Amino acid sequence: MSSRSAQAKTPTPRSVKDLRLGESGTICCLEDPEMALKLLEMGCIPGTQVRLNSRAPLGCPITLVVGDEDYTLSLRVSEAATILLKD
Amino acid sequence: MARATLISDPTGAAASALTLEALRDVPPRSHRELTRIALIGNPNSGKSSLFNQLTGLNQKVGNFPGVTVDRKTGISQLTSQHRAEIIDLPGTYSLYPKSLDEKVITDLLYDKVSDQYPDFVVITVDASNLRRNLLLFTQLADLGLPAVLALNMMDVAEQHGVQIDIMALQQELGVPIIPMNARKGVGIAALKIVMSRQLGAPTVSFFEPSEDLLPMIRQIRYYFNLHNDYLALHYAHQFRQISFLTADDKAYIAELVEKYDFKPTPRQAQETIDRYARINDILLNTVTVVRTEKNEPYSNKLDKVLTHKVWGYMIFFGILFLMFQAVFAWASYPMELIDEGVTWINQLVQTNFDGPLVNLLTEGVLAGLGGVLIFIPQIALLFAFIAVLEETGYMARVTFMMDRIMRKFGLNGKSIVPLISGVACAVPAIMSARTIENWKDRIITIFVTPLMSCSARIPVYTVLIALVVPPQKVLGIFNLQGIALMGLYLLGFFAAIFSAWLLKLILRTQNKSYFIMEFPVYRWPRWKNVGITIVEKVKAFVFQAGKVIVAISVILWVLASYGPGNALEQAETRVRATAAQQQLSAEETDIRIASEKLENSYAGLFGRTLEPAIRPLGFDWKIGIALITSFAAREVFVGTISTIYSVGQDADMRTVQQKLAAEKDENGQPFFTPARAFSLLVFYVFAMQCMSTLAVVYRETKGWKWPLLQLFYMTGLAYVSSLLVYQLFK
Repeated sequence: MSSRSAQAKTPTPRSVKDLRLGESGTICCLEDPEMALKLLEMGCIPGTQVRLNSRAPLGCPITLVVGDEDYTLSLRVSEAATILLKD
Repeated sequence: MARATLISDPTGAAASALTLEALRDVPPRSHRELTRIALIGNPNSGKSSLFNQLTGLNQKVGNFPGVTVDRKTGISQLTSQHRAEIIDLPGTYSLYPKSLDEKVITDLLYDKVSDQYPDFVVITVDASNLRRNLLLFTQLADLGLPAVLALNMMDVAEQHGVQIDIMALQQELGVPIIPMNARKGVGIAALKIVMSRQLGAPTVSFFEPSEDLLPMIRQIRYYFNLHNDYLALHYAHQFRQISFLTADDKAYIAELVEKYDFKPTPRQAQETIDRYARINDILLNTVTVVRTEKNEPYSNKLDKVLTHKVWGYMIFFGILFLMFQAVFAWASYPMELIDEGVTWINQLVQTNFDGPLVNLLTEGVLAGLGGVLIFIPQIALLFAFIAVLEETGYMARVTFMMDRIMRKFGLNGKSIVPLISGVACAVPAIMSARTIENWKDRIITIFVTPLMSCSARIPVYTVLIALVVPPQKVLGIFNLQGIALMGLYLLGFFAAIFSAWLLKLILRTQNKSYFIMEFPVYRWPRWKNVGITIVEKVKAFVFQAGKVIVAISVILWVLASYGPGNALEQAETRVRATAAQQQLSAEETDIRIASEKLENSYAGLFGRTLEPAIRPLGFDWKIGIALITSFAAREVFVGTISTIYSVGQDADMRTVQQKLAAEKDENGQPFFTPARAFSLLVFYVFAMQCMSTLAVVYRETKGWKWPLLQLFYMTGLAYVSSLLVYQLFK
């Protein structure tokens, strides 16, 4: 969250929402401060790798595999959009 | 297999021995007092399995003092002389509560002087997911509470190639660790021995509040006489939500927070990040992961089918169909048995005793009790299904598939289960809404579920449809009566969805609606857990809802059996006189007397009083009485109508229909015109005529606000719709 101001300079920061199925990314920061608290507790710490595991039949919600443990997190696309990725 | 793993695993066995060795010099607790132990852990960490293993059927559900959330406690026999009270706390990921459920934890753990304060906590941790599970542990340890770590699901960790050096971990964490497999009962004995001892506070701390906060923390500590910095920090974070603080206390903290410019959100975020960094260090020294190549979890493969865009929905509807089948068809046999049993007892009482008290007992109490007991098979079966779906982890997938659709209407993926169950009976359906964490989504679900057409409406539907809809074929295959019935179910469903959408616009909530949840791994259900769930739900229903239902049926009985002054006696003499004149049979005379008495009873009086109000709907005072009596339960309608229209109580449906068809209005025309019948049908689709539902909503929302709102809303909806139908079609 501290790097939020730095992020603002890049025109369109990629978020977890933009991952393709099976693609991985590394979390850079969390945008929504209130939601960040929940996501942090669930293991979405900046620097952690996440992989887009599946989408619900109607495209939302999605599931992510967080970190190197076999731990699957389900969240809505609007929530995934607040998790920004490193390039 | 897991037992063998634990014993053959040298580290695990040695660690247990070390734990017990270290405790040898510690004196056992005094045997006189009951040790109070709180059980806490992440969702899906096996907490309820452990709770069930420790307490079995010695469980009871009560309220947390002052909080509207269930509190589950149980008694555990730790050793032959030592018993403990185990408090089951809601599953949570951290000590910063996000929901009403989780607030219970902070209220319990932050008030040291409360008589509910636990002597120590047992923290369950999923060994296959240590990193995330240890977050809660480190927070609890920093509160300074004596703690034991139940390192659960060792078998799963093993399968994942996770190797834990338990001795080293115990050293790093500073509390006794018991490796276990709660589902199979492995490690329970060792845990019980540790639990029967006097434990000290954890010897390691994991997080120090930053230096600049110390002046504020010191002031809070001094003011509240707190024993540690971290607890004081939590007061600063959460004072608004802590229920035992007085207004003055809160004002004091608010002032400090202002003075020191304390920003809770970034502080909490930083704390979580720091804790994870520390946990990573600890795990680096104590855990090695040996990854086997073919490590795609079988859960993922199952998910490819079970959440597939075609198969996923088909399987889900298949399961729903099976559930309906169970609740409608399979449950009917035990329900008949219960019905017969109650009738048998009723007759036994009636043939052996006499007097007004006996009538109260048979027509009031026993009739009411029968109305409660008859639902037991449906409740048991429905909860068996739901418990299995929960236990296996499938429910999370259903939620996942339905969330997008349900959200549009202010509901939640999880609302689908109560809505579907509501077609059988709203009572267990509303109870199953507990799986919805979000307060607003849950309230909306509870509010709209009774609009789904339950099985109690079927007798009313069939009688009235048969009366006014001809049994004609449409398009060769469809039956017009069937279409009418289907239309009524759809009407109920759309009313539920529309009401949910309406409520979504009205309700305000301070809790943000998240859908961030863990996707649990598929597991076989533990039948013991399923069994305990069934027993618990049935018990809750019979005792909690039963009390209210019996009370109401007694009141209704009194209203229908007594009238002002000696109106009933006069009615009887009148009927006897005319009956003698017309030379009616004794049986027919009795039926006439019953009908006449009902008309002159308080219930009849209410019917008369009600008449002006329901006349615009096309109803007369006779239907008014039926509306009043069937307020307790819809199926009473047919019985009441039979009595009023002078049909014997046990007459079959066809005679009821013939009587209804024969009923004439003041002009000598048939009373039940299609307009009247449809008006009545629509009334029964919408009106909240079910004491059991009101009682269960009262129980689930812990207050009269929601059941009363529901009553007024649904009755209002019924009234307006009936009015429209009658005025448009008459």
